[in-house]
Amino acid sequence: MSIISKGIEKIRSNKRILFIGYVLLGIALVSLPFLLSNTVGRTWVRILDFALIYAMLALGLNIVVGFAGLLDLGYIAFYAVGAYAWALLASPQFGLHLPFWAILPIGAGVAAIFGILLGAPTLRLRGDYLAIVTLGFGEIIRIFLNNLDHPVNVTNGPIGINKIDPIVIAGADLTRTHEILGIQFSGAHIYYYVLVLLLMITVLICVRLENSRLGRAWIAVREDELAAQAMGINTRNVKLLAFALGATFGGVAGGLFASLQGFVSPESFVLLESIMVLCMVVLGGMGHIFGVLLGALLLTTLPEILRSTASPIQESLFGAVYIDPEALRMLLFGLALILVMLVRPTGLWPGTTRKQLGNKG
Amino acid sequence: MKLLELKSVGKKFGGVQALSDVNLTVQLGEIYGLIGPNGAGKTTLFNLLTGVYSPDIGEINFDRASLVGLKPHQVASKGIARTFQNIRLFQEMSVLENVMVGCHARTKVGALGAVLKTRASKDEEANIYRQSMAWLAYVGIESEASSLSKNLSYGDQRRLEVARALATQPKLLALDEPAAGMNATETEELKALIKKIRADGVSVLLIEHDVKLIMSLCDRLAVLDYGEKIAEGEPDAVRGDPAVIKAYLGGNLP
Repeated sequence: MSIISKGIEKIRSNKRILFIGYVLLGIALVSLPFLLSNTVGRTWVRILDFALIYAMLALGLNIVVGFAGLLDLGYIAFYAVGAYAWALLASPQFGLHLPFWAILPIGAGVAAIFGILLGAPTLRLRGDYLAIVTLGFGEIIRIFLNNLDHPVNVTNGPIGINKIDPIVIAGADLTRTHEILGIQFSGAHIYYYVLVLLLMITVLICVRLENSRLGRAWIAVREDELAAQAMGINTRNVKLLAFALGATFGGVAGGLFASLQGFVSPESFVLLESIMVLCMVVLGGMGHIFGVLLGALLLTTLPEILRSTASPIQESLFGAVYIDPEALRMLLFGLALILVMLVRPTGLWPGTTRKQLGNKG
Repeated sequence: MKLLELKSVGKKFGGVQALSDVNLTVQLGEIYGLIGPNGAGKTTLFNLLTGVYSPDIGEINFDRASLVGLKPHQVASKGIARTFQNIRLFQEMSVLENVMVGCHARTKVGALGAVLKTRASKDEEANIYRQSMAWLAYVGIESEASSLSKNLSYGDQRRLEVARALATQPKLLALDEPAAGMNATETEELKALIKKIRADGVSVLLIEHDVKLIMSLCDRLAVLDYGEKIAEGEPDAVRGDPAVIKAYLGGNLP
């Protein structure tokens, strides 16, 4: 064992250092939006919001791909289901305006049902074949949403649904600016806190699931399905549960996206989005919760940093913008993926070779 | 008392009759051996028994209930645990976690209990941990508990498979060529382990190529050849059976 891992073990076992660490992390999370809006601008708080939503998505996908080993290329469909569930239940579209605490569980539940709908017919498929079917499923959902404006108009088709209600708590619209104790909080800023809270809950749930009987069953199915069955694991139920739980997080993330954005349309849920979320999982470290978080935060913030810096840098160096930042983004993204796969094939931050002896339940 | 009973079991794969009209019984507390040349149908019989395949005809009764049509995980919870001919461990899991997975069949906390960390789930998890460590100690690899299972030596991987199977608390432990690839010392240790398992009340069904091991370990054994049982009985009787000698040596000894 190296000195570093011994050091980490020491810190982990010391309750006081751990407590101080949590307090510092808390302070950092609370003050981050203030820091960003005062230095690089307010838009960054909004970018952070989207990073958090993607982190939640990536954690959900990690249950399916990372834990249970089921390659899902249509994951964004559950995000779409959650977003449209919110949009239909809280917008002028049908004149429904349910409160957020009712829609959030409904959206999660509907997404979970879609998870099972996808899971049930694909139980016997593995690897490439599963990937193809899930890819098709993702596209089916998107095309449905795109065409569900006739014969009965449900989704407004490609136009999308507008004027979606935000989260309202005690009469306060969370997407507007509020003044609390003399400090101005923008809508994005308030949403940031809501999202951080929900993401923390998501992480907690994922960690507990991973270290449970069910989490071990998922990993066993991933490692060797036949041996898992021989250990008494009902692989059908365990896989369906992975699909359903993964979809639930997707549904919640979708609802939050719809309420933050105030607008949804099918073009937010294209195949590339599924692949991006998958990249977050793979790049960060498949199956490792904090690696996946890192992957999600990196892949959402780095392109934005590039977008705001690529043009000025080119201008100061060459006097003109030669490469469009958008094109550069895809170029660098592809390069980064290839590099990571060559140098760190298990991801940027893979799990510390699974759990050590310390886990006593 | 009969623990396991196969009645005229047959299985066909396309045109190949892998097993035909096989009858055998394993008594409670017995070490029962199954030998036969390559392709005789030993592993097919194993797979029928553990629910991987389902027999075309015949009955399989275990502990007074039929196993026909049950899925592998149901067979496991009925009390048959198995190991595999080519070791099938959960490679990216630690040695301890492999055994903890083995406890799955006898535990029941679900997603909600795990997320809420209820009292019951904490107790169960602590229990799983304790039991798994005990099983590792039972087969003698507790010092490796936190290693990745793929990093174990070959003999220890075999032991881990046995520990994982025992964690399902079986009545019958089915071992598919456990001594394959082992050296003489490891085989001796395996023999001692199997005897200990039987002494602790678990019946053992053993497929082996190592005739010496089978003869010295089993109470009774059956010989399969081309999918048919050609002999059954105590080791000494089977050893001298002309049909067995023919199957193994291709003719009668002079």
